[in-house]
Amino acid sequence: MATYLEFIQQNEERDGVRFSWNVWPSSRLEATRMVVPLACLMTPLKERLDLPPVQYEPVLCSRPTCKAVLNPLCQVDYRAKLWACNFCFQRNQFPPAYAGISEVNQPAELMPQFSTIEYIVQRGPQTPLIFLYVVDTCLEEEDLQALKESLQMSLSLLPADAFVGLITFGRMVQVHELSCEGISKSYVFRGTKDLTAKQIQEMLGLTRLVVPVQQGRPPQSPEQPVISSRFLQPVHKIDMNLTDLLGELQRDPWPVTQGKRPLRSTGVALSIAVGLLEGTFPNTGARVMLFTGGPPTQGPGMVVGDELKTPIRSWHDIEKDNARFMKKATKHYETLANRTAANGHCIDIYACALDQTGLLEMKCCANLTGGHMVMGDSFNTSLFKQTFQRVFSKDINGEFRMAFGATLEVKTSRELKIAGAIGPCVSLNAKGPCVSENELGTGGTCQWKICSLDPSSTLGIYFEVVNQHNAPIPQGGRGAVQFVTQYQHSSTQKRIRVTTIARNWADAQSQLQHIEAAFDQEAAAVLMARLGVYRAESEEGPDVLRWLDRQLIRLCQKFGQYNKDDPNSFRLSDSFSLYPQFMFHLRRSPFLQVFNNSPDESSYYRHHFARQDLTQSLIMIQPILYSYSFSGPPEPVLLDSSSILADRILLMDTFFQIVIYLGETIAQWQKAGYQDMPEYENFKHLLQAPLDDAQEILQTRFPMPRYVNTEHGSSQARFLLSKVNPSQTHNNLYAWGQELGSPILTDDVSLQVFMDHLKKLAVSSAS
Amino acid sequence: MLSGPLFSEGVLFFSVSLQLRLVWGCDTMSVNQQAHTGHSYGPPQPGYQGYQQPGYGGQQMPGAHHSQYGAYNGPMPGYQHPAPPQGALRAPPTSGASPPASGAPVLAGQPVYSQFGQGDVQNGIATPAVQMQRPSISQPFIPGTAPTAVSQPATFQQYGPPPTSAQQLTNHVAGMQISSVSAPAPAPAGLGYGPPTSVPPASGSFTATGSGLYTPYSSSQGPLPVNMTHGLPSTSLAQGLSLAQPNFSGPPLSTQHLPAQAPGFVPPPSSTGIGPSSYPPTTGALRPSTMQGPSLPGQAVTGLPAAQPNHVSSPPPHPAMSGPPMTGTQGPPPPTVHSSQPGYQVQQNGSFGQVRGPQPNYGGAYPGTPSYGSQPGPLPPPKRLDPDSIPSPIQVIEDDRNNRGSEPFITGVRGQVPPLVTTNFLVKDQGNASPRYIRCTSYNIPCTSDMAKQSQVPLAAVIKPLATLPTDEALPYLVDHGEPGPIRCNRCKAYMCPFMQFIEGGRRFQCCFCSCVTEVPPHYFQHLDHTGKRVDFYDRPELSLGSYEFLATVSYCKNNKFPNPPAFIFMIDVSYNAVKSGLVRLICEELKSLLDYLPREGNMEESAVRVGFVTYNKVLHFYNVKSSLAQPQMMVVSDVADMFVPLLDGFLVNVNESRTVIVSLLDQIPEMFADTRETETVFAPVIQAGMEALKAAECAGKLFIFHTSLPIAEAPGKLKNRDDRKLINTDKEKTLFQPQTSFYSNLAKDCVAQGCCVDLFLFPNQYLDVATLGVVPCQTGGSIYKYAYFQLETDQERFLNDLRKDVKKEVGFDAVMRVRTSTGIRATDFFGAFYMSNTTDVELAGLDCDKTITVEFKHDDKLSEDSGALLQCALLYTSCAGQRRLRIHNLSLNCCTQLADLYRNCETDTLINYLAKFAYRGVLNNPVKTVRDTLINQCAQILACYRKNCASPSSAGQLILPECMKLLPVYLNCVLKSDVLQPGAEVSTDDRAYIRQLVSSMDVAETNIFFYPRLLPLTKVDVDSDTLPAAIRDSEERLSKGDMYLLENGLNIFIWIGVNVQQGLIQNLFGVSSFSHISSTLSTLPVLENPFSKRVRSIIEMFQAQRSRYMKLIIVKQEDKLEMLFKHFLVEDKSVNGGASYVDFLCHMHKEIRQLLS
Repeated sequence: MATYLEFIQQNEERDGVRFSWNVWPSSRLEATRMVVPLACLMTPLKERLDLPPVQYEPVLCSRPTCKAVLNPLCQVDYRAKLWACNFCFQRNQFPPAYAGISEVNQPAELMPQFSTIEYIVQRGPQTPLIFLYVVDTCLEEEDLQALKESLQMSLSLLPADAFVGLITFGRMVQVHELSCEGISKSYVFRGTKDLTAKQIQEMLGLTRLVVPVQQGRPPQSPEQPVISSRFLQPVHKIDMNLTDLLGELQRDPWPVTQGKRPLRSTGVALSIAVGLLEGTFPNTGARVMLFTGGPPTQGPGMVVGDELKTPIRSWHDIEKDNARFMKKATKHYETLANRTAANGHCIDIYACALDQTGLLEMKCCANLTGGHMVMGDSFNTSLFKQTFQRVFSKDINGEFRMAFGATLEVKTSRELKIAGAIGPCVSLNAKGPCVSENELGTGGTCQWKICSLDPSSTLGIYFEVVNQHNAPIPQGGRGAVQFVTQYQHSSTQKRIRVTTIARNWADAQSQLQHIEAAFDQEAAAVLMARLGVYRAESEEGPDVLRWLDRQLIRLCQKFGQYNKDDPNSFRLSDSFSLYPQFMFHLRRSPFLQVFNNSPDESSYYRHHFARQDLTQSLIMIQPILYSYSFSGPPEPVLLDSSSILADRILLMDTFFQIVIYLGETIAQWQKAGYQDMPEYENFKHLLQAPLDDAQEILQTRFPMPRYVNTEHGSSQARFLLSKVNPSQTHNNLYAWGQELGSPILTDDVSLQVFMDHLKKLAVSSAS
Repeated sequence: MLSGPLFSEGVLFFSVSLQLRLVWGCDTMSVNQQAHTGHSYGPPQPGYQGYQQPGYGGQQMPGAHHSQYGAYNGPMPGYQHPAPPQGALRAPPTSGASPPASGAPVLAGQPVYSQFGQGDVQNGIATPAVQMQRPSISQPFIPGTAPTAVSQPATFQQYGPPPTSAQQLTNHVAGMQISSVSAPAPAPAGLGYGPPTSVPPASGSFTATGSGLYTPYSSSQGPLPVNMTHGLPSTSLAQGLSLAQPNFSGPPLSTQHLPAQAPGFVPPPSSTGIGPSSYPPTTGALRPSTMQGPSLPGQAVTGLPAAQPNHVSSPPPHPAMSGPPMTGTQGPPPPTVHSSQPGYQVQQNGSFGQVRGPQPNYGGAYPGTPSYGSQPGPLPPPKRLDPDSIPSPIQVIEDDRNNRGSEPFITGVRGQVPPLVTTNFLVKDQGNASPRYIRCTSYNIPCTSDMAKQSQVPLAAVIKPLATLPTDEALPYLVDHGEPGPIRCNRCKAYMCPFMQFIEGGRRFQCCFCSCVTEVPPHYFQHLDHTGKRVDFYDRPELSLGSYEFLATVSYCKNNKFPNPPAFIFMIDVSYNAVKSGLVRLICEELKSLLDYLPREGNMEESAVRVGFVTYNKVLHFYNVKSSLAQPQMMVVSDVADMFVPLLDGFLVNVNESRTVIVSLLDQIPEMFADTRETETVFAPVIQAGMEALKAAECAGKLFIFHTSLPIAEAPGKLKNRDDRKLINTDKEKTLFQPQTSFYSNLAKDCVAQGCCVDLFLFPNQYLDVATLGVVPCQTGGSIYKYAYFQLETDQERFLNDLRKDVKKEVGFDAVMRVRTSTGIRATDFFGAFYMSNTTDVELAGLDCDKTITVEFKHDDKLSEDSGALLQCALLYTSCAGQRRLRIHNLSLNCCTQLADLYRNCETDTLINYLAKFAYRGVLNNPVKTVRDTLINQCAQILACYRKNCASPSSAGQLILPECMKLLPVYLNCVLKSDVLQPGAEVSTDDRAYIRQLVSSMDVAETNIFFYPRLLPLTKVDVDSDTLPAAIRDSEERLSKGDMYLLENGLNIFIWIGVNVQQGLIQNLFGVSSFSHISSTLSTLPVLENPFSKRVRSIIEMFQAQRSRYMKLIIVKQEDKLEMLFKHFLVEDKSVNGGASYVDFLCHMHKEIRQLLS
């Protein structure tokens, strides 16, 4: 077991890949019986400090339908200078540059430790990164001020040669021209009128002479920078200009009468931003960064009317089909998102408002393009400020942790087919021999576009075993998968990262224990959760829960050890032991439960869940709870109401929130001021310890979690109480010892009850 | 004028008699050439016409006249001979025509002769005169006249005794003379031109044929002139000069002596003044007659007196003189003569017109003075041909100036005819609005619609509600009635005015318009004195004055909210053309200083008017110039299809607060667009943007749009070039005046609703469709300025002055004007720059102090002589400080049951203003020819009605003009010849549309000068005095090669330099050594330190100050190519593009009248 754990961890570190099964059932039938699909979490740009990129082109298999990259799994005939593709078995000549190849003189891509390798290729013109700020001006003065400062600050964080542009909007949409001296110039658009990309470009004066289609290429590239130069300028050139411009940015001047929302033309603003980039810089790395302080209230994409007496849609309204703008708005933003994705740009949404801002409708903009989605209460909070700052964080090489315009191609050996992917991607609709007809997530393709990704962006990729039961795979046979990610590095280089992995096949009937042992329950939980969340986007909540439950029960039936109809006999092996608990917390998570969450919050949570890597995803599913007390060093404790004790400080990390909770006694001590007394310095240290740990988390997390410092009995304690397993509630309080834990006022079932039911159902012969 | 009414009846009679006398004169003349005349009279008419034409021609073209005259003078026979041939040639047609008219069987040759004959008789005499004139023309000051004048003056004085009558007489005489003159003239013409002229006359198309004929004649006559000169020649000339002046001095005296006569006399002086060239001739003619007169010497002398005064006058006397005698016998002859002469007579009458009074008076006078008889006799013959004898605008203007300029015009009396617009006078408001605010076509209107229809005199008022007053006249008082607002009639809602009748001890008042009785509100109650006047009568402007203002209450405001102060938005075309020509830079530079001169109210420290800036080409650029900004912000709106205003705060700003930002903006605009390549522009979206901006700011205001080209960019209101000269003179010509699309009309409607007035400055290098672009300015009460082929060096000053004036001038916004009238008439039609959504309210987005609205009234019931007719014009507007006010103008008119009263109280200038506007609007829907015919027809009817009903019976051939309308033909001819109604080849479609729109809101003074330009001999300028030299008539023959002249028409100032001008003057004025060194591209006179230069420049400055637009200065050297342009403004001459000369037209008019009468 330990070996498998190590294997898994090693694989993750090297390749950024975690499979739900690390030994694959060798036939389709068996695979379906495994309940949890063969799938993996793939982090394409996983930071590999030990991986120096190579400066040449990858060698491709010559079969047009394959084009797999030469990798350590290929068989090489050094004498004949041939290599055999391990996916299609095509024999290929090495290119002339490989003439000196031999057993002792191998290129990097043939070495086993380079199962993941990165190529830097010289292809096409290098275009600088583009950052287009789309700023809402219908903000409170304070908020706007804070936002302006953040934006000004961000200029210093941008790469010096990056292009930057500014669009502001309120009732009107203004596209600011940055190249002018002495007078600030902007193009203004009505906020109520949707314009086609062509119209926008005409109105901005960006129309090019339409070059005849044949041989149209050469003149284009040199023209582009000239054309766009008015709205998108290198940061180093217009640094001062833009700073001043931002400084002079005024709140939207149009009067907002009592009882009205300001008119906010988010839909048109985004449309113009997209149109602008579409016309000038197609297929280059560009971020549209939308900063909005409220819901769109007019024009296409409006989410709510400007009457304050009509509240913005709630889940209740949506269920009752009472959200009159939702469908239209969603459609508008979906269209925009697809256009953006098609051009390889991405849209970030930074929404800071106390009320909803329409993330539900706009979510696809970020989801389909790999953009960030940040939700806060105000731009004048550290949550926003630091999150925004972190967008421009750099790795130790001084490179920005962002990449653009990536395409991820997956190749499989012939026993496998690709069912789909779930993550911040759109399908490129590349049909191929390895594409399955059954879809899970975004399927029907073996290539996806990920317009923007960072080192933690993770896709769930689902496979289907297609090998027939009656065509056994020879013993020791291995299935292989190759991930080819082409992207624009933040340094504007084109890079290709190739990851090739292989797993053993096993006959499920004879070697089930191998398969079982190679089960990665964490990856499986996350992968199943992604499927669940993916379904939840389109299906009714209860249906998804029912589906999840059924899957869990089936898994327990398949891999549990029990006597029929005897719940008490039920046992799960170690490799499965945590899985039910993950499912329990998943069921309670905001990803599947909309109760108590606004549609915007749900969208926000789901957005992040669908793109974070395994560790973070697990935290989201099952928050981590640490305990600090005088009784010992800090320790993780059960996420359970029984862990809430008077003499403890608890630190909970739910990914979105970090909660520090002082137990009743501790809180009293703190109030009494013991920490300030020299003789109670240890208490001071105790108080400080969780704060330090929290800081550590805060520093690395993106987006910045909500940081809650609370204590027993305070209203903010609800963040903690809503997450812990309600093992003690008002219903069972007296049955349990009063001394321990803190009762939760809820009707939710506790883990104990959940497990009891699960066992009962799993062993039941009825199903 | 004053005496007019008193004498009117007499005058009428007299005039008739005078005419008769004239006729007689003719006869007598004919005696000389009797046979011809006798017979020919019938024919003569044609001949006369012909003559007239010739005469005119002569005037126009001295040579021609001379020839004709010469013929006469010399030898009738000789002439006759020549004439006959011509006559023969032309005769066929003409004679054919003429004969019928005359009815006299004249030989082909004879007809002419006969005409001449008649003329002869008189013509004979006249001829000489004509000759004289012609010579004079050629050599402007023909001494000959002078001498006569001298003698005449004497006579005048003699006449003097019978003052009033004398004047009238003179007038009549003038008329008579004219007739007689005409007769003579015809004769010569007939002789020389006979054929041709007669032909034309006969056909009735004097102008055309006449002119045609003339020309030939002139050429042929060339020699004749010589004869002429020989005939009367040098001596006369010499004398003329010397004498003429003396005469002038003389006349004044005479005038003094005879106030009543004065008019009559005055004319002489004026005529002389004018005449130096022209008059002299006439007088010369007269004198010649006298000369001839040897037999008539005595008469001549007398004649001189009579006619002399005003060329005409002198002749008339003669006629009159002769008349009496003739009457009996002449009865028959006169008609013929008259018929032939009529044209002339008309003119004479006209010229006598001054004498109008006189005519009546004359009648009296003449009767009174038997002596005249004798005098006239002699005179008529000499004068008949004299072009100077036709009514002279200059004379009329001078007379009015002298008679009425000295004392204030007190408006207390109902139905008073004010002085002419050309007269400087002071107005004292005593219950009626100043003529500066309202002028009527007639101050005595018919009681019934039948009468009105019969007379065909349009009843119209030309209203300029916000007119600028001279500094010595008080502005209308502002009355504040507080919360309850102005007192109004319950039924018709008329405002309290001096004519409201308080009854029941002051508790109620009866409306003077609708007779409804309304309670006086308690707060307004006041006791009445024993005369029924309120005790506070003099304390309340609304009870004692004709014009005053009320402060409006909130219920008079849009949306029941007091208005915000208005805003000015400057919208500058920054397309390639505008930038390249330097226009953009110029405007920006100018605005920097101009913004300190925004209109402010009364004593306010700074203007309340806010300003905004927009530039545009294919897209619009708005500017945020908020005071808190470090630098202006530019906002581009490319969505021209759906225009909107991109900003609210910071677009319209207070100049002082945002000065630095504005200056910075104005500095940068020229730089920003310096490299522009954009040549296409939009237009409608620009207006939309301005309007939307005002709407957003909830205020009224004005847009100043500086535009250069046809808006062909893809946008609403896009236009295409549809200029097509081939359409001219077709039924489709009207489309050139109509807007291409209805889009602009709708836009204008929206603008008016918002109180958005649009002023348009155009700088076209080619056709840009003024007809369409002008729609919005015209309907919003705005102005259009056009600078074709704008060049910085030459047009800069004009444009800047216009811009300054336009920005600074007082203007009311968001205005509604309603004209209420006494029951019996009502306002039925309106002309001007405004919009009307119903039939009564004139809506004006903006109304400035130069804008005029002409209102036509029609009867819908009877009026009574007792109560007269009242007009009340109420203008509700927002002042430049944002105050809502009502300006009220009241005017009371007399009513009459006698047509004579109507004709005696008419105002020709106002009539022309109305007719021009009516015609200019007519071309939108009718072929131009129809419009012209309508005009001519209406005039003929007016005059025919007078002739039929007011003039005492006289020969049908005589043209008799009412005193007040004697200039109607000459002015009407000017209207007919204007670019809109008769375009020349060099007049562009845009020019025509521009002028058409310009005239529609002109006031009377402007139309007067526009249609009949002022022509001043610069060489006569007295450098030491402030007085201007006497103007001269707009005819080339009045120009002398040795002189310089200044001509202004309200749009241009020409300085015409004769080839023989003294070098010293050239040096003084232009700073160059000789004629050939003068540059004709000068746009201003060089500033030279010598009295002459200073004086001329100060005159030009003075003229510029008088006009609402800065006039373009054009230097025209004689025989230079620009002279063609200049000649276009010599409106008494035949124009190149077919416009009739004054004489021709008069003849034609006469024929029309005769047709109507028969």
